[in-house]
Amino acid sequence: MNDKRPSNQPERPSTQIRWGRLLWFALSMLLLVSGLAQAAEQDTTLDRITPIGMVQATGEPLTTKTTPDIADVDTAEPIAAPRPSRSDYPDIGVSSRAIVWILAQLHLFFAALVLAVPLFVLTIELLGVYTGDDRYDNMAYEFMKISLTGFSITAIFGGSLALALFLLYPDFMGYMMHVFGAQVLVYAILFFLESFFLYTYYYGWNAFRYGNLKWVHLSLGLMLNAAGLTIMVVANSWATFMMAPSGVNEVGAVVGNIWEIMKGPLWNPINLHRFIANIAFGGAVVGAYAAFKFLSTTDPDKRAHYDWMGYTSNFIAILAFLPLPFAGYWLMAEIYAYSQQMGITAMGGILAWLFIVQAVLIGTILLAGNFYLWAGMSRTDGSDRYKGLIKYIAVTLVVCFLIWVTPHTLILSASEISLLGGSHHHILGPLGIMPAKNVAVNLMLVVTFLSFQLYRRSDKVATVSWAPMGNALMVAIYVVAIVNIIFLGVYYGYFTNTVYKVGSSVAQVASTLVVIIAGIVIDTLMFRNAKTLPSHWGRIPDRAQYALFALPIAFTWLMGLMGYVRSSVKTHWHVYTVMKDNSPDNFIPTIAYAGNMITIVTVLFLLCVLFMFWVANLSSTRQAKPAAGGAV
Amino acid sequence: MKVLLKTLGFSLALTLLFTFVTYLLPQVEGEAPVEKVVDLSSLTMDDFIALGEDLFNTKGTCTLCHKPAPLGRAPDIQGMNTVALSNERLADERYQGEAKDAAGYILESMLDPSRYVVATWGKKGTNDSESPMPAIDKPPIELSAIEMDAIIAYLQAKDGNDVTVVLPSPEDAASVASTDKKASDATALPAPATTVEEALGKYACTACHAMDSSDTLVGPGLVDIGTRLSMEDIRQSIVDPNAVIAEGFAAAMPADFATKMTVKELDMIVAYLVEKK
Repeated sequence: MNDKRPSNQPERPSTQIRWGRLLWFALSMLLLVSGLAQAAEQDTTLDRITPIGMVQATGEPLTTKTTPDIADVDTAEPIAAPRPSRSDYPDIGVSSRAIVWILAQLHLFFAALVLAVPLFVLTIELLGVYTGDDRYDNMAYEFMKISLTGFSITAIFGGSLALALFLLYPDFMGYMMHVFGAQVLVYAILFFLESFFLYTYYYGWNAFRYGNLKWVHLSLGLMLNAAGLTIMVVANSWATFMMAPSGVNEVGAVVGNIWEIMKGPLWNPINLHRFIANIAFGGAVVGAYAAFKFLSTTDPDKRAHYDWMGYTSNFIAILAFLPLPFAGYWLMAEIYAYSQQMGITAMGGILAWLFIVQAVLIGTILLAGNFYLWAGMSRTDGSDRYKGLIKYIAVTLVVCFLIWVTPHTLILSASEISLLGGSHHHILGPLGIMPAKNVAVNLMLVVTFLSFQLYRRSDKVATVSWAPMGNALMVAIYVVAIVNIIFLGVYYGYFTNTVYKVGSSVAQVASTLVVIIAGIVIDTLMFRNAKTLPSHWGRIPDRAQYALFALPIAFTWLMGLMGYVRSSVKTHWHVYTVMKDNSPDNFIPTIAYAGNMITIVTVLFLLCVLFMFWVANLSSTRQAKPAAGGAV
Repeated sequence: MKVLLKTLGFSLALTLLFTFVTYLLPQVEGEAPVEKVVDLSSLTMDDFIALGEDLFNTKGTCTLCHKPAPLGRAPDIQGMNTVALSNERLADERYQGEAKDAAGYILESMLDPSRYVVATWGKKGTNDSESPMPAIDKPPIELSAIEMDAIIAYLQAKDGNDVTVVLPSPEDAASVASTDKKASDATALPAPATTVEEALGKYACTACHAMDSSDTLVGPGLVDIGTRLSMEDIRQSIVDPNAVIAEGFAAAMPADFATKMTVKELDMIVAYLVEKK
């Protein structure tokens, strides 16, 4: 992860026994094989989007296994999706949607956090085992400690959400229970498993710290993650069923088995997207904890520790964030393949404006992440070699950010239209559409990786003979990738049929990925046995820590925003095409209303996280014994 | 505490900044489609065309894809002469549909969009053999036959072409409603009746029983059934009609109402009949 950690620590005990490693290896292989088996079962796109109601029926060859004709349905006497009227929705005097919105979002925030933290905790713990540096182990334990209360908070919000849904949307929940049946009990059982592994993993940390027992401990962590991820994908299947139902016929009657119901066309794209986003989100949240602790102390050792912890958290957040847009592309491509109407509702219809807000948020994340890396360069004496490039990166980021937030259509008065010479500005207008934004976002990702690469190089001097050649190759890759990204965006975005836009964006993404992968490979090889320059943990301006607060705030807001978009593309359907939403809240609210709701959940989450951190620190606080006179 | 206040203040300010951005953007609500009641007896063709335009832009969601380049994902039919365009496509050798005129072509493309896919507008990888457009008489759009006619009228009229679709009459509406109901019955389980009249119609009680006289149709008239049978007897006669059969009548009443009727429907019918004295 980073070899500039504060200092080296004790050696690994040498009395390791093989069976611990074997247990770890066997469990890892078991999980890997089961994952691959699941992936191998994936059908073709055609199969996966069958059936989805009558939308799919337009031209798609129907597969017989999941789309029986009406006669079959009648014979089996299936239960169609209910059609509740407005009066069937209980009215408790407050917007039902607002209540569910808040509870669902808080549940998801905490669920994301407690799923992500054990993932990178396990990775850091494993790193500690392989490097023999106890500081990794201590940091991993601290990450677990500060997020432990989060598991209970997740369950509290989850339970509240379920009760709210049953109270406020009884017909819908009745239908969902009917469709998913016993699967919800499996979901409940998984919580028992997760709790078992969570508590044994956390409370067993010091008891199973070295040697063979360490591998037992790692195995517990692996099983904790397996249980957590299974919970996530099960819950995801409910959300994706609502967006793109499978395993039911056109009236919502169940015609497939539970597996066919779960594996809708959007299930795996959402699984991947949430998996990656959770890691970025979790890293950002614990980074804020480290920043707060850093700012709260003047002890140089503690500042060095929390500086390192903050750096590691930022590393995790940004590293996970970089591939996130690609997972997003896949998800949107699958949404378009399932229903172009749904895709355009999100990207080109009423919800499209929200992507301007998304641009502001992602711009904030990238600017904050980059700023933190630039500020972090002050830790090392060797960073002067690269500081000259920072201004170019900053200019690129700002220009791309401005392109990204340029709206295509403006709400203008007649006089303003007259002054502008039309409804679209003749120069800025073209910057409002997706091709320009695709160029901007890819360039932002490329230069963010460049910041990261420069930071990583700042305390090293390559000693391999081919270092000049390696640098030249790296520069060439950057140049070619940047030219390719701009050319693809301009040519396919403005000079060919609009349907090629999405296709060209894939090639743009590939260019960005090539830069990232090539950069990692070249640097890994080039800086092997490199000369290391001194670095000083804790030597970073206080203002850099605020970047670590900006990240979780922007991530939280972004999750709230994109979750809202994901849910709203269903428009006035509880379950798209099979169960209509006839509730008083079945309309898409204004952007400002959505903004207010997202702010409310973000602030509530912030307060809950503060509580979580406070409780975590409370456990290590011991009140001084009162003096004999009774004074405290 | 100072650090806490500073970091909290920073976080809150950033959150409010994001909220502020949402206030700068257009504030539009996306209403769910509302069923409109149109008085067909006084409907003029101009009204019908205006209805079509409204449907094209709202419930039909046509403008999501059919908009000018470079934003469109389907031909810009609002910006082109749709009738002339339809005639060109009917003349295209690739056209394999059954339409004979522009109106028929437009209707066919709404009901079965893949019947003829305009070159370059097909689903990716299908070589223009498959359209990405959904059938608009099905969910999630679900336009009725009259609504589709209104859209055709609008598309014909907007470029000054003659409107060839016929203005719907109240009889047409009833016919459409009946067709819709049949289609709905064929694809969906019937919705529970909300009134006793609906329930009696739904289970075709009046096909065999006269409700307002003692005349015998297939079964006995029920005008005074409340004087002859108790509430429990009436209930039993419905859920288990063969338990006691009225003298002089064959066992012709369906025996599966117990599995078909909802409890509410049964209660409504029993309460209605017991009052018939």
